[in-house]
Amino acid sequence: MNTTTRIWPRLAAFAAAAIVIQLSLGAAGKVYYLTQLTMAVYYAIVVMGLSLLMGYAGQVSLGHGAFFAIGGYTSAFLTTHNMAGCRGAAWFDLLDKCGVIVSRKSLYDDTLVLTVAPWLAFIVAVLLTVVIAAVIGYPSLRLRGHYLAMATLGFGLIIHCILIGSPVLGAADGITGVPSLSVGGLAVSGKSAVRVQNYYIAWAVAIAVLVLLRNLVESRMGRALRAIHDSEAAASAMGVNTPKLKLEVLMVSAALAAMAGSLLAHYNEGIGPSESSSFKSVRYLALVAAGGMANLEGALVVSTLLVFLSLRGWFGTYDNAVFGIILIAIVALAPQGPFRQLGLRMNRCRPLYKPGKEARSGAS
Amino acid sequence: MALLEAENVRQCFGGLVALNGVSFEVRRGQIMAIIGPNGAGKTTLFNIVCGLINPTDGVVRMDGKVITGLKPFQIAALGVSRTFQNVSLFPHMTVLENVLVGRHLHGRAGLIGCALRLPTQRREEKAMVEQASRFLEEVGLAEKAQHSAGGLSLGQRRLVELARALGTEPRLLLLDEPASGLNTKETDNLAKTLRRIRDRGITLLMVEHDMSLVMDIADEILVLDFGVKIAEGPPAQVRSDPKVIAVYLGEKENVASG
Repeated sequence: MNTTTRIWPRLAAFAAAAIVIQLSLGAAGKVYYLTQLTMAVYYAIVVMGLSLLMGYAGQVSLGHGAFFAIGGYTSAFLTTHNMAGCRGAAWFDLLDKCGVIVSRKSLYDDTLVLTVAPWLAFIVAVLLTVVIAAVIGYPSLRLRGHYLAMATLGFGLIIHCILIGSPVLGAADGITGVPSLSVGGLAVSGKSAVRVQNYYIAWAVAIAVLVLLRNLVESRMGRALRAIHDSEAAASAMGVNTPKLKLEVLMVSAALAAMAGSLLAHYNEGIGPSESSSFKSVRYLALVAAGGMANLEGALVVSTLLVFLSLRGWFGTYDNAVFGIILIAIVALAPQGPFRQLGLRMNRCRPLYKPGKEARSGAS
Repeated sequence: MALLEAENVRQCFGGLVALNGVSFEVRRGQIMAIIGPNGAGKTTLFNIVCGLINPTDGVVRMDGKVITGLKPFQIAALGVSRTFQNVSLFPHMTVLENVLVGRHLHGRAGLIGCALRLPTQRREEKAMVEQASRFLEEVGLAEKAQHSAGGLSLGQRRLVELARALGTEPRLLLLDEPASGLNTKETDNLAKTLRRIRDRGITLLMVEHDMSLVMDIADEILVLDFGVKIAEGPPAQVRSDPKVIAVYLGEKENVASG
């Protein structure tokens, strides 16, 4: 067995960079930068998921902001919506018996607030988004061409309007007061006491996603995806069930967006409708392009950096315009991505195994 | 029973009748060639057989099973593979990866298994790489395995495409102008390779313009002209068919008298 994939050194580099950044920010007395960095890393998960869909499978989505928002809003709604009034209803008692209802004191008075447990809300958020992605993708992915881009664009606009127009979802203000998501002693929370811990949680999640997606793109299914990108007719003639695979990849990609949305809603203790705007979807698309399209590490690095700068307010009022300009610049100057242009091949796909000697002698 | 049967296949593109009621059979273990002038409907016929287009009318059967209306990947799963006239490789993948896509049908690993790199998936991947290397070996391109498919010469790309199609382990292999763009030596090698493939039990159906190659290796020839079958039979018979000669030389009387 001759493994040529060299992902571990890169993962070590990512981890080392994360630690160095944290320590140096601490030394410089700018620990609060970690908050925006943590957020940027979560956003980078959306971009990696979109890179899988767009860079590898060649399917353009202009609705990832909406998938993100559905994930975030589902978590936010389920963990803040007081179900105390439902006590006595059979379904509520059943849920309560299963231990998925949590109670906490109201922020304003001593009454009890009963909500869905955050971990369950997280699962529901991801599953709901996957189902919605399947419904959107099913008709448009049976066809060849850019139908998915159009369908997701329309879908994103609709979701944005629904979120802004729904008082139960906080309308233009969004949902606030989202509790932290605790799993096994670790809490996804924006409280400054757990800032460093959350910074590392975000990196751990992002690196796990990176590893899984890297594995995927270098496998049988990943090759089928890239084949669809290059020639859908040839991929299909070789036996790749192209409509099914495109749909599955959209679902995976949407699930990652929803996951990031949910985690960020917990981290920020809230979510607003601007997350679903088409500006956000275009921003994700620009970041995929800036990362080098079919380049997961590039997507992670570039989007963490640019989103961090954006969150720090570097781009001022031109925030959305900057990402538009980045997109145009990439398309015009470096369609293969800036890394390729600079001669850096960050993510050349290597085969998992090289043909061994026994294979060669066996054939002759 | 013939391996592939086409019955009264008709294809209209708007007002253009590309195929007008073509029927033929491909017998097992044969090399059958389809010839005819440009625009005779040869590639259209291929696209119908492999499911890329649905015929306006008519039926195609593989092993007695109707395959018209099926998607290309479903037809591929029934043992039909093909190459393309304009060579449709995956240019951003390596030569080996191209052939590995040809092995897709013989793998089972799903998205989740692949992402988690489960032990079963690792074993399958290793076996697939070894099998794919053997198909590359067969067409003589083993040393190009790690090269980018987009950077090869046309002749080499045609061979990669052949290895990819063989990788599916087809029972019927459709070759759309396999010798186009090849030099004499490459064409000679191709003839040897195709015979070897047939002798392994794979039935071949090919569209080809190189008459000497066709006459050399085909067991049966089908001649199309303007979407109509004008002749069918062994090379010797087709070669002396007045209608075929007329189509290729365009002078009916002279040929008929000569």
